[in-house]
Amino acid sequence: MSDNQSPLGFTPNEMMTIAASRALRNDDVCFVGIGAPSAACNVARLTHAPDITLIYESGTIGTAPDVLPLSIGDGELCETAVTTVAVPEMFRYWLQGGRISIGFLGAAQLDKFGNINTTVIGDYFHPKTRLPGGGGAPEIATSSKEVYITMAQTRRGMVEKIDFFTSFGHGNGGDHRKRLGIDTAGPTLLITDLAIWKPDPVTKEFTVVSLHPGVSRQQVQETCGWVVKFAEALDETPAPSELELKTLRDLQARTKAAHEGTGKEKAA
Amino acid sequence: MVKFLPLKEAVAENLKDGDTVAFEGFTHLIPTAAAHEAIRQGFRDLTLIRMTPDLIYDQMIGMGMAKKIVFSYVGNPGVGLLRRARDAIENGFPRPIEVEEHSHAGMANAYEAGAAGLPCAVFRGYRGAGLAAVNPNIKSITCPFTGEVLAAVPAIRPDVTFIHAQKADRKGNVLVEGIIGIQKEAVLAAKRAVVTVEEVVDNFDDLHPNLTVLPRWTIAAISVVPGGSHPSYAHGYYARDNAAYLEWDEIAADREKFQAWMQANVIEKSADDFADRVEHLRKAA
Repeated sequence: MSDNQSPLGFTPNEMMTIAASRALRNDDVCFVGIGAPSAACNVARLTHAPDITLIYESGTIGTAPDVLPLSIGDGELCETAVTTVAVPEMFRYWLQGGRISIGFLGAAQLDKFGNINTTVIGDYFHPKTRLPGGGGAPEIATSSKEVYITMAQTRRGMVEKIDFFTSFGHGNGGDHRKRLGIDTAGPTLLITDLAIWKPDPVTKEFTVVSLHPGVSRQQVQETCGWVVKFAEALDETPAPSELELKTLRDLQARTKAAHEGTGKEKAA
Repeated sequence: MVKFLPLKEAVAENLKDGDTVAFEGFTHLIPTAAAHEAIRQGFRDLTLIRMTPDLIYDQMIGMGMAKKIVFSYVGNPGVGLLRRARDAIENGFPRPIEVEEHSHAGMANAYEAGAAGLPCAVFRGYRGAGLAAVNPNIKSITCPFTGEVLAAVPAIRPDVTFIHAQKADRKGNVLVEGIIGIQKEAVLAAKRAVVTVEEVVDNFDDLHPNLTVLPRWTIAAISVVPGGSHPSYAHGYYARDNAAYLEWDEIAADREKFQAWMQANVIEKSADDFADRVEHLRKAA
């Protein structure tokens, strides 16, 4: 990603990952979803939140990988974890038991109420595109105390109406979660490559509260499939610090080297 | 009682056409050698159960062996989609397959219920999720004590479960360590279980008794297949072949390329080839 730098000295994706990492606190217990969340969580751990507890659904609790795992069950996660438990225990005791403060999810499709689709594009029974599905996400979304979401903005990804409710966010907004008997807060933060969004306290619609450096309102709207609401007091996200950028780039360089290192061509 | 058998016989004795079968392993210790043996023996009309179908189910589905899959994440972990499974679901190629989809929590609870001999699993799940509307095996149940409405799914009871593990002792007890996934539950939920292992040791006397051990009387057959989980990994033995997972995306994207790969790497090979595949991934002692 660092090969596509903007004149600002960092890419939108780097800004997204770093802004997401800043949202995590040292005492958080974070259930880390596949993809973009993993980089943000590990940057947090390597910068301002060294004692953050990272949990992957493979059962690794308190892991501190040196490189980003390609999958949620890489050996590195177990080797560096405080403990590793069986998958049923992971979901029953730790997630369902209410011990996770932040569930950190990515999305293929997202709507303005934080509902996520990673299951199908099109009709479920006759899908246009069959995506991998929910994995742990349906329960991460309802059993974690809060949910953070991170994704790069596109009109295809941020849509008025998602094709399938893989993970429930705020439903149709308002008190929809409560009406379904879900007592956790749900999506409280959305971090994209362009902006930071928070749900409106009443309607629960995601509202832009901070634009990343150099990003205009128009850019946010052009890459979003619904009519974007902006907060009255709109902040600018602080640019990545040198330490944050170096930490992220080093992590990604180590990761790239590690994953190439297992190639068959190297065996010969 | 457990038998030590060559993999070919262990598979032939325990798997039949039309069976409901689980090849389990949660990213770690995936029983690839056993799956490849099943592919060579050409079983048909299988119901394939697995939380994370991964490459081996992509291969079995691509070879037309499955009539149904039960799963919770049909992706290539960390890479993307499973392209043979997609082709079957989206286009009915090489044959249409029935899909029963759950969340990880749903599958994990269902395996646990199977191991516990219960008819169903009860948990706090699927709230607001679309799966409950498209999968008739996701129902709800009201707690008789608190009135809370909970999700219920039927127990998973495979005819046969295959897993890969680090080691067996001479009596046939099996040790699993590292990311232990769902393997113990999948074995105990099944009518029969077949385990491939990296090695056989005399006994487990010097090991900590809290390690996950499946007693020999829970297993039908053990086959020694070093490297048998490649391209996944065996904690303490060899690392995950991430490059092979990345390569699979290209192989599986093309129907002909897939067939050629299967012919050269599965049909014309045997379980003995796995040891070589992990040689460059083995950890320095």
